[in-house]
Amino acid sequence: MKRALLPELAEVIRSKNAGPYELTFDIIFKTREIFEQVAARKLITPELIAKLYKIPPERVISVVEFAPAKAIKATIVRPLACGDVGDSDVYGAQQHAPLLGLEVEWE
Amino acid sequence: MIDEIRVLSPTAILGYGFPLASFEAGLDRNPHVIAVDAGSTDPGPYYLGSGHSFTDRTAVKRDLEAMLVAGRRLNIPVIIGTAGGSGANSHLDWCLEIVRELATEHGLSFKLAVIEAEIPKRELLRRFERGEIKPLPPGGELSREDLEQSTAVVGQMGMEPFIKALEAGAEVILAGRSYDPAVFAAYPVLRGFDRALALHMGKILECASIAATPGSGSDCMMGYLGRDHFRLEPLNPMRKCTVTSVAAHTLYEKTNPYLLPGPGGTLDLRETTFEQVEERVVKVAGSKFIPAEPYTIKLEGARLAGYRTVSIAGARDPVFIAKVDEIIQGVRERVADNFRALEGKYRLIFRLYGRDGVMGDLEPLLEPASHELGIIIEAVAETQEEANTVCSFARSTMLHYGYPGRMATAGNLAFPYSPSDFKAGEVYRFAVHHLLEVKNPVELFPMRFEDIPGVRGENR
Repeated sequence: MKRALLPELAEVIRSKNAGPYELTFDIIFKTREIFEQVAARKLITPELIAKLYKIPPERVISVVEFAPAKAIKATIVRPLACGDVGDSDVYGAQQHAPLLGLEVEWE
Repeated sequence: MIDEIRVLSPTAILGYGFPLASFEAGLDRNPHVIAVDAGSTDPGPYYLGSGHSFTDRTAVKRDLEAMLVAGRRLNIPVIIGTAGGSGANSHLDWCLEIVRELATEHGLSFKLAVIEAEIPKRELLRRFERGEIKPLPPGGELSREDLEQSTAVVGQMGMEPFIKALEAGAEVILAGRSYDPAVFAAYPVLRGFDRALALHMGKILECASIAATPGSGSDCMMGYLGRDHFRLEPLNPMRKCTVTSVAAHTLYEKTNPYLLPGPGGTLDLRETTFEQVEERVVKVAGSKFIPAEPYTIKLEGARLAGYRTVSIAGARDPVFIAKVDEIIQGVRERVADNFRALEGKYRLIFRLYGRDGVMGDLEPLLEPASHELGIIIEAVAETQEEANTVCSFARSTMLHYGYPGRMATAGNLAFPYSPSDFKAGEVYRFAVHHLLEVKNPVELFPMRFEDIPGVRGENR
């Protein structure tokens, strides 16, 4: 089976705060077909997100499929609350980059 | 009975601006109400803690000017939520002064409602003791100390205080911390329209044209609320709403896109449909609202965490870059040794841009690829003087630190500025982010009315 980089399948890959204690990732796929295949084959899982961000699985709050937007959304507990001393990204808008390098099995 | 309410959202956050041509296009569509959300917790705890706005005064005044003048011209309500960015009383007063100035400058007269969202500590402590303040996961239980030490605690009001103000004849409403969609939903709900659809439309309108493509938080969006659906139209012809752009917006800054909790209940989008009805217009239907019992208000508070000083530098020496971890360790030890009286009373942070400055512990790439490093030396301490001391000493120590293999014995750091150190002042942290159970959705939000006389001249 061939492999594909996530940016080849998605049109939007982004991160952002969801409140001060959560960081949420949105992957919006290029087509409904791609979304449905990714969702059906469970290519994006909480375990994968945990591994990608080197966090324990219990820090992954959810991975949700959202068909109306042909999107998958993953949410994790922020390493530090927004703006706490030591936080490196107050808006959480630059934490998506590891997803850009993610390879998945693809036809 | 009317069958449509048109709500004009000029901009995602008051002060982010909008093209006047888009705004005029909105006015041409005869809106029933102009509403704007003026705040967010995204910029971090400083603004709520310090009482300052994260938006610029001149920019806020510019946006409000267009809105207030148009509201009076069309004789429609203008509603502003989360005044001053964080919506505590200091933020509300700051925005109120701008409203008064504009009324005077333009000779505008209107009935103004001012709704406070800052809840007195005494009142909160009483409710805390009664166990009415609940955690909001992943945050933990509230501590009495965090409540007492927060500079101001605000509650996010729902649409009910706005409805009460509109019923009393308010023509301009200026409110403290508000649930973002409330300013857009209040008027339609008062007119008997569906609460779920009004709230869902508000959820999208609160970000103005971010839900369009190309998206923008600085451009206007019109919401058309019917009896069983709503439609969205961006007011700049260069943008359009698509099913994907609108549906995708539902994901934005949320944990679960299907169930969106807010004051008094949860917006349920599990059966929502999105349909492209015109080239630039999307129709949304099927959203539901699940009322919650008891009604809860989200509380927000920030407390002082210390004072900060930062020094900005760069490094280009490959030997230094290769050994930077041990150099930092050496600098930490020198600082600790030199200021033993400060032990445990400061935080010293080295941010290495070009390595893991952006992602910290989440960074998966262990090998830096960059030939240069951006370095921010940051000290946070209990006083500004102590932060200055720690930062200054760490900076001079790092500049001249002798490490094995060093060839450049004149200095290790390139400083872009003189002075090299910057006092960043107070540092706050979010201390309260909890739910308060209430019996009555308006009980915590005192409202006062004022007749703005509309006399041009000096500010009173």
